[in-house]
Amino acid sequence: MTAYTDKIRQIASKLLTEGKVDMVIGFRKGSIPMMNQPLFIKTPGEAQELIWDSHCALNLANYVTNRKEKIGIVAKGCDSRNLVTHIIENKITREQLHIIGVPCTGMVDRHKVSAMIEAEITAIEESGDSIKISGNGFSKELKKTEVLQENCAGCTHRNPVIYDELVGELVPEQSGVDPYASVREVESMSPEEKWNYFEDLISNCIRCYACRNACPLCYCPTCFVDESRPQWVGKSQDPTDVRTFHLLRAYHCAGRCSDCGACERACPMGIKVREFTKKLNKDCLELYGWEAGLTVDARPALDTFKADDPQDFIK
Amino acid sequence: MNLIQIDAQSWAKGIEKLKAVYRTFGPKKEKNDLEFKELQAGELPELHFQNTRMSPKALVYPQTQAMFTYSLDESREDCRILKEVKRDEKPQAAIGIRPCDALAFKLVQRNFDSREYQDVYWINAYEATTLVGLACDHPCSTCFCTSAGTGPFGEEGLDVLLIQQNDTLYAKAITQKGESLIQAAGWKSAAAKDAAGNMDALKTKAESEISAFVETDKLKQKKIMEIYEAPFWEAETFSCINCGTCTFVCPTCWCFDIQDETHGKSGVRMRNWDTCMSPLFTIHASGHNPREHKYERVRQRFMHKLKYYVDKYNDGIQCVGCGRCIRSCPVNIDIRKICNKMNSFDPQSCSCEVASS
Repeated sequence: MTAYTDKIRQIASKLLTEGKVDMVIGFRKGSIPMMNQPLFIKTPGEAQELIWDSHCALNLANYVTNRKEKIGIVAKGCDSRNLVTHIIENKITREQLHIIGVPCTGMVDRHKVSAMIEAEITAIEESGDSIKISGNGFSKELKKTEVLQENCAGCTHRNPVIYDELVGELVPEQSGVDPYASVREVESMSPEEKWNYFEDLISNCIRCYACRNACPLCYCPTCFVDESRPQWVGKSQDPTDVRTFHLLRAYHCAGRCSDCGACERACPMGIKVREFTKKLNKDCLELYGWEAGLTVDARPALDTFKADDPQDFIK
Repeated sequence: MNLIQIDAQSWAKGIEKLKAVYRTFGPKKEKNDLEFKELQAGELPELHFQNTRMSPKALVYPQTQAMFTYSLDESREDCRILKEVKRDEKPQAAIGIRPCDALAFKLVQRNFDSREYQDVYWINAYEATTLVGLACDHPCSTCFCTSAGTGPFGEEGLDVLLIQQNDTLYAKAITQKGESLIQAAGWKSAAAKDAAGNMDALKTKAESEISAFVETDKLKQKKIMEIYEAPFWEAETFSCINCGTCTFVCPTCWCFDIQDETHGKSGVRMRNWDTCMSPLFTIHASGHNPREHKYERVRQRFMHKLKYYVDKYNDGIQCVGCGRCIRSCPVNIDIRKICNKMNSFDPQSCSCEVASS
């Protein structure tokens, strides 16, 4: 995927030179391994800063919310799905966007890779399907497919769903993957096992809200956890409040989540917060045949009503 | 001071003895990472690590702390009277704390234990704590402690410094508190005469392994408003998502928020870590927010650590160079880069709008 870099720079430079956009949003190389940084550029000269590799996992749709400029934006499959959701939810207009589509083969799971090695990883190089990590006194070759983020391993929308131009050939979509295997595992647990599973899952949450803030869906002017009149949720480390935050955050994303994995990637504690949202994605798919962000021409599952909607859950 | 030599067996024995006298904390494996946790019977602190994910500041300054309880039951005599929560102030020991994190307590002390204000919660907990440091033999690539007032073998803030060489530990008492702890652990074999020299060599080696630095020499002489209005803030803070990660993992971030939580007719007044990254940190009751925009909040964090603190205390930056915020930031905002930008900022040579207007 690193070959995309040149093309992204070319396109960005051209867009800015021709005045077609006011800014281009993309990634630049981060200061530590596996961490690239979202940035905007406003002049063609800055295009050299843009890069692409398997560490561009944050969701750039998060950075266009309510912006007024005309924006060129680098978007892989999931980013493009969140741009669709943004357009549907009136957070940006299609006309404001020039989408530079990136056919994606998945992002590397920084938490997983860090956990594989006791020592600090000080460098990471990528070439094709091979990822080479190294540090003080060690060097190790990994296959990218073995260290993909879980959401990428099970992704069935790797190509952008809307774009104005592409940085490379479309990639084949994965078939035969099962994005919901872990949800089924949880579903098969007894209530007590489920309780313990989720208690353990969030036991080290520090309530920094990185998961919420990395998410392009979380743009409420005041989040429910920040409301004070009434105060829905306490602000302490009381487990009831920590649970409330995670459960409600997930429910607010129902029918809107593209499973981009930005929440999980952002979490400084390595909590698998997608365990919550994935269940709701599965429900939306099974109950309403709905996957978020695939088209601007349909309303999201929880935003519309059909006479034949399932209603067995109403007792 | 004399160096004490501790072999593996007396280390394990000593730690068990300490548990009878102190609540004993140390780095423990916790979900793929290390955190400071209380050591249970038979548990030893991890000694081979770079640093814990969270700083150990919570040992003295917990993320959530009950301060008072109250009743709203009108039929009770003590209705609406705040009652102090009894705190466990049994002596505690942090074994294996890194020198940077120990220095952080000294920095934070300026806030919690000043002439004007004495925060009894923090002070009592701090006084009950003995800090047993573990010198860093392999600093991280993101550690810049030597340009933040300490070093891999830094002693300031510590009561004891432990130095590891192969399977042997050497202990150096730095304060009276440290002497007492060593005594309680029963460690008393004097190290061989040449040990001190060896330790110095290890120190020099560890310091030479530090590869990250920040420049801070010009921060003091800069005008506050010039840095405040510098043109780089918007671009440098664009990626920030305004989560509280940097402030929560930071050993020197000290801000808190006080909340009353009422359940039925009784309640608790508690304090929780707060974060200047959140809009809620500054929003007024009127709805006006003096730090309305993201860049203003990020700027505040860096201005506080690298300028206001520097000006107020005249003793360096409010940062110990542990590098946690760099490693944990989800969007790669790097304090080293921001610090260097602030330090080298020259409004005269800047062709920006601010300078020309």
